[in-house]
Amino acid sequence: MIQTTPSMTAPVRLPADELVETPSELRRALRSLFKARWPLLALIVLGIVGFFALFGPNIAPKDPNRQTLRARLTPPMFAAETPNPDYPLGSDALGRDVLSRLIYGARVSISVGLAAVLLGGFVGISLGMVAGYFGGFLDDLIMRIADIQLGFPFILLAIMVLVVLGQSVANLVIVLGIGQWVTYARIARGSTIAEREREHITASRAMGANNARILLRGILPNITAPLIVIASFNVASVILSEATLSFLGLGVPPTVPTWGGMLAESRDQLLGGSWWLAVFPGLCIVLTVLSLNVLGDWLRDFLDPRLRGSR
Amino acid sequence: MSTYILRRVSQSIIVVIGVTLLSFISLHLAGDPTYLYVSERASNEEIAAARVALGFDRPLPEQYLNFVGGMLRGDLGTSLRSRQPAANMVLERLPATLELTIFALVLAISLAIPIGILSATRRGTPLDSGIMLFAMFGQSIPSFWLGIMLILFVGLTLRWLPISGYVPILQPMLNGDFATAIDNLPNALRHLILPGVTIATFSLSRNARLVRSAMLEVLNQDYVRTARAKGLSGRVVVFRHAFRNALIPVVTILGLEFGFLLSGVVVTETVFSWPGVGRLVFNAITQRDIPVVQASVVIFSLVFVTLNLMVDLLYARLDPRIRIG
Repeated sequence: MIQTTPSMTAPVRLPADELVETPSELRRALRSLFKARWPLLALIVLGIVGFFALFGPNIAPKDPNRQTLRARLTPPMFAAETPNPDYPLGSDALGRDVLSRLIYGARVSISVGLAAVLLGGFVGISLGMVAGYFGGFLDDLIMRIADIQLGFPFILLAIMVLVVLGQSVANLVIVLGIGQWVTYARIARGSTIAEREREHITASRAMGANNARILLRGILPNITAPLIVIASFNVASVILSEATLSFLGLGVPPTVPTWGGMLAESRDQLLGGSWWLAVFPGLCIVLTVLSLNVLGDWLRDFLDPRLRGSR
Repeated sequence: MSTYILRRVSQSIIVVIGVTLLSFISLHLAGDPTYLYVSERASNEEIAAARVALGFDRPLPEQYLNFVGGMLRGDLGTSLRSRQPAANMVLERLPATLELTIFALVLAISLAIPIGILSATRRGTPLDSGIMLFAMFGQSIPSFWLGIMLILFVGLTLRWLPISGYVPILQPMLNGDFATAIDNLPNALRHLILPGVTIATFSLSRNARLVRSAMLEVLNQDYVRTARAKGLSGRVVVFRHAFRNALIPVVTILGLEFGFLLSGVVVTETVFSWPGVGRLVFNAITQRDIPVVQASVVIFSLVFVTLNLMVDLLYARLDPRIRIG
């Protein structure tokens, strides 16, 4: 009876497997993160926002939609002559608790941001890799469609589509996701073309790997770094777009509290001096988006080997 | 050069066809678009009559060709509310929007360039970090929130500037009445500042960062070192040698920047009650006035594509590498 040698039973390891981040890479990332103060602060802010998004209903002091008309337009505690501890950040024109609505709002911003980027990333990276790997007619077709989309302001089409389809979280995610795909497709295509010619790909093809395996195991792990950087910036820009569309009344249905929607409602109260309705939701958006941008900047410097050692 | 122009023009035509196709498709995404045009209480007979009147009973390719044909004749449908031609409604409000956009573009670029240069030449100093932090902030603020904050603090609390209202400059100029245009100028500028700053902030921040990194890249080039080595003053090196070449990436995105600002006006005009296309779009959205939304999308995209084309052609004239290549 022939005994199979261990090397024959072990799964074939593509060279790509060796390049996946090792624990020491993670440690290097953490060390660099602690050394640069801003990105760490950004990460903490995002942690808090993420915590609100995950556990909002458990921490929010009140039901964000419960109206208490007797407590309309209560100023925030720190600014009121007679502080009302029931409404730490004040209440809106319908007597709803601003703090609770802010906490619930994190949920929409974060989930829409992540879902749209995942969708756009998936579509863009798949199409970009296919275009770069196979080339020819497919490549031309995909990149021409990308050119058309870049040729005009996509937010306008998003408005048109949302007016026709109506408000829902799913529609919002699809529209914002589709608005993203071109960036990923272009980068994925470029990196795929460069990667396709490398020896390890030739080697795995010689070992009988099919196209799908080469794309997923050979190429994808080696082109992720720039895509992750783009994704972190894009979550920021999607959150801004979501806020804009909510502000225009095209976001999620009005019963769901969102930061952008709260800002839209605050406009009617500006002349009455209810500044807290406009200030707090805006600060939430700015802090979240700023943190994502700072983190994205750090990530780009960290992952871009050309800049390594410069700080 | 002529092959470049030809290629660039045909590219723009393809984009325009793409825009019409996409806006046509999006109208049909929810199924029969007739329901978007009739009131919710319409009877079945009324719906059927409207479907025939609007041409939605025809096969899709024919509907598309009719849509494009109408567009070429300047017919983009009739507003469901005001019963006016949608295209006219958009075109009437275009000058106000263009004024705001041009003002914002000038503001953004004229500040971004000196700030970016300053930041690059003082690299690593507290000034540089301060500017970059500010720029990062500017890119993270939703423009409509910035607008609301400006209204709240500069307009309502300090009472420095008007928070709404519009004084036309472009419209009298188009009518050939330059005296009125010049008379209006100081007052118009006062009204332009708050909405202009609101729109420009994002662009200003992004371009300041772009100018800075382009400058840093150029300042590291050999010819800059040579210029320094032969004893030229810092100012000459920065402006004559470095700055000109650092401008290339800035000019490249100028056309896109304009379009970007143009799409930013929808919310800003709403916040400041500016009587432009943006506010028209906003009102049309809230009233579900589909033809006006569609007309705005198509006309905005056309303006965007045309401007982009013009900038690119201009750019090709300036940069010999494109003219020849």
